[in-house]
This record gives sequence, C-alpha cells and structure tokens, in this order.
Amino acid sequence: MSLSWYEASARQRVAALLDAGSFEEFVGPEQRAMSPHLPLFDLPRAFDDGIVVGRGRLDGRAVYLAAQEGRFMGGAFGEVHGAKLVGLLRAALTETPDAVLILFDTGGVRLQEANAGETAIAETMRAIADLRRAGIPVVGLVGGRAGCFGGGGLIAGTCSRLAVSEGGRISVSGPEVIETNKGAEEFDSKDRALVWRTMGGKHRRLTGGADVFCDDTVAAFRAAALDLVGRAPAFDLATLEAEQARLEARIARFGDCRDATAIWARLGVNDPAGVPALSAADFDGLVAGLEGTTHDAR
Amino acid sequence: MTLAEILASLFPEGHSVNVADGLITGHGPLDGRDLSVVGVDGDTPLGIEGALTLSAAVLATVRAGGAAPILVLVDSDSQRMSRRDELLGLNECLAHLAKALLLADAQGHPTIGLIYGHSAAGAFIATALATRVLVALPGANPSVMDLPSVARVTKLPLEKLETMAKSTPVFAPGLDNMVQAGAVQAVLDPVQPLGPQIAALITDLPRQDDRDALGKARGGRPVAHDIAARVVEAARA
Repeated sequence: MSLSWYEASARQRVAALLDAGSFEEFVGPEQRAMSPHLPLFDLPRAFDDGIVVGRGRLDGRAVYLAAQEGRFMGGAFGEVHGAKLVGLLRAALTETPDAVLILFDTGGVRLQEANAGETAIAETMRAIADLRRAGIPVVGLVGGRAGCFGGGGLIAGTCSRLAVSEGGRISVSGPEVIETNKGAEEFDSKDRALVWRTMGGKHRRLTGGADVFCDDTVAAFRAAALDLVGRAPAFDLATLEAEQARLEARIARFGDCRDATAIWARLGVNDPAGVPALSAADFDGLVAGLEGTTHDAR
Repeated sequence: MTLAEILASLFPEGHSVNVADGLITGHGPLDGRDLSVVGVDGDTPLGIEGALTLSAAVLATVRAGGAAPILVLVDSDSQRMSRRDELLGLNECLAHLAKALLLADAQGHPTIGLIYGHSAAGAFIATALATRVLVALPGANPSVMDLPSVARVTKLPLEKLETMAKSTPVFAPGLDNMVQAGAVQAVLDPVQPLGPQIAALITDLPRQDDRDALGKARGGRPVAHDIAARVVEAARA
C-alpha cells in the first residue's frame, strides 16, 4: 500500500484503491473499444482508450469509479474515453452507488478528437451535477503524472470534493500553453518549482481548491477518499452562493499577489519558502494552525 | 450578427442589457415574461473576475425564484491564459459559472446558449456548453483550438491538417463541425426575428442530454452514444 500513486498505472491504482478483488470493469479492454480516429493521424490506439471504468467496494461501500491513464495520449479526452466516463456517470444516476470516484490523470482534450472531447467534458459536467443533485457524492482524486489540466480542471471544479497530492497539478491552461501563447516571461514552463507552487496540491489545498492534501501513496488516497465521501456538500443555491463568496473573497484578498509564496505569507505561513519541502503530516499541521483554510463550499 | 443587432431583434420593445469589459448582463421581455441575459462579447477572454461576474448574475436569477429563462450570448476568446488566473483558481471560477448555469436549469430556469462569434476551450465549456440547449447564428466560429496550434501540438503539417479537416469533423474547428458533433443543436435564421425562435426553443427543450445521440445521427461523433449506452448496459447487468 506504499505504492506511489504518481508512478502507478490507472489499473494499479484501481486495484490497490478498492477492497481486494472487488473491481468489476465495464466495457473492458477485451471488448476493444478503441478510438476510430487515431489511425487517421497514424497514432497507436489503446484497447481501453486510456480510461478504466467500473464498480467496486471501498471499505464495503458500493462505489462507481473511473481512472484515467496518463501514459496513453496524456490521459486526454477522446471520443471513446469521454463516452466511457459519461456512460459511467449516467449509470450511477440510476444504479445509485454510495459514491462515484474520478481518478484524474489528464492533459485535457485530445486534439486529434477535439470536438468529441470538448463535448464529452460538457456532458460529464452535466452528469456530475445530476448526480450531486441526487445526493450521490462525486469525489475527485488528483495525483497522476499528467496532472489535471484543461477541461479536466473544470470537471475537477465540478466535483463534490477533491483530494490532491504534491504531483497533482490542477489548472485550466497548462504551463506550456501559457508559455506558448504569452511568452516565457509570463510563465516559464521549465521552472518546475514555479509550476508546482502555482498549480500543485499544496497551493490548491491552502487556498481552497482542494479539500485534502495527501501523500503520494495509494494508501493515502484511499484514506482521503473514505474521508471525503462522508462529507460531500449539497448541490444547491446555498452551496453555490457560499462558493461565490469564497471565490470573490480569495480574489479580494490575494488578487495583487504575483507568486504563491506571497499568498501563503498573507495566509500567515511563517516560512513560505519551506512549504514545498514539507511532508504531508507537517503540511497538515501547518494548515491546522492557520485561519481561513476551511473551504467547504464547492 | 452583432450583439446590438441580436438584442434589437430579440427585444423590439427595448431591454436593459449592458456590456462592460466584454461581459454581458441584463434583462429583456420575451413572450410576456422576463428573460435574463448573460454572456461574453467582442472575442473577450474569460478570466477569474469575468466568470464570477457572470455567475453572480446567474445566481441572482436563481435566488429570485420563478422560472425566468437564462440566455447565454457568446462571442468570446478562450479562457484568459495567465499565471495570475491560474494562481487564483481559474478552474474553480469557470467550473463555478458552469455549475451556476446547471443549477439554474435544474431549478426550472431554462438555459439557452447562443453563440454568435468565436469561443474556445475553457470559456466555451463554462458558458455555451453548460446550457440545456445551444444554438448558433451563421458565421459563428466555435473551436477547441485553431489549426496552426493543432499542427504545433500534433507535429503534423498544417497543409495535411487542412486537407483532413475537410473530411473529418471530429477535430476541425468551426460551426459545422460542432453541429455535427451534436454540441450545437441548431443554427437560427438571422433574417427572421430571434425572439420567437428562442421562445420556440424554450417550449421544446430537450428533456435529457441528447448531444451524443445528435452526434451519432449527424456523423460528427460516430461512436460516443453507443459506447456510453454499452457502459450503462454493463452496469445494469
């Protein structure tokens, strides 16, 4: 259970996250549901199109689960990939499991199938809203090598709760996209420390973009998932008005900060430069001692 | 059509729709009831402040109760690409706007998207694509990414992509391709008054998300509908 989440494949994560032997896959690789479009680009296909969907047990609870494979096409949303996730969420609405887990590992839309991927992301967000309205928590786990970018970042922002590790970067425009469009002086994508402290798990947890920061192990993500499925917010006007106030307050308080370390200092962190090196336990201790780091509304 | 022409066609009796910093908010009378209008004009990129301005307007309509429809007018750039926007949680702000529209729809406010210009990527997902039904005006240009950028990322020659784009709607930018993918339900007639066309959409809203079925019927997304259905079937077995 000390298996690294970042290093593990999607299938390894699923097997180790759920109760042993409980996973049942839907439309698995033996069915060869592959992209009809990648051959046009002379690109190899995957038997699962880079996503595993199915159901299993999490400490006895019935869960539906989707896991993206960041090592195939950057975990990007192609037509089949997206449709498997949408199908899983629609199935969950009628089969009513105790929770749905999404194991993000994605660069966003697969450009070779861009229109299908973009539309699938919109369908996914609608389906998540439907599930949350029905009282079924949708929990996102972010810690894969492809991070959670583009439309993946918007889907993450639609989930009831999020757990993220140090490697779990969350943003809309990725570092390379910002650099390509706006120049290296706006964002130097090769500056790994800058990427981590701007989009990484600790910054998201400190400022309210995630609910739990966890170690890069499957065991830590399992504990986080169990914690979060039990405290999902309602999807109603009160929650969204509270989220509106939370996001407006963040911009008012930190809108003039150029760097994450300036935000952390303003939050009351004594040694902002030391935050990236903190272990999860020490980081949790730091968060517990700060005011205004509980962010329930999402 | 320009925004001014659209508003004049929608609201011949006048309206209170304003544009500030490229963000559209306001109201107008449609078919004897109040229509709430939000959106983005002038190819403006959507950043954290803009998303929260629009979501506040949507939530105000929900808070007011009733069943006022919400029209989302879109001529935007992509999401605003900057270090500051990402530092302050652009993914949360764009998702929040989409959630506000999804909540409004779930609470009985019909949501209609109308794209009349450009839109792309995260800005498109958070606005037009988060409505119950999305329509377009001729000349609209939705995209995920322009072809030169696609060429850069996929490392394929632009000329090859341009040739492929003619026969493969699944990756190419443009309104026709988004219609074929099922993302855009219909293209309105700019010569006819828009009010009755929008009112007809509200009367005949799709009951569920049928975009993948449209994509299959139109050929732009050939397998998504059946794959999703197979997953649902497997879960029921």
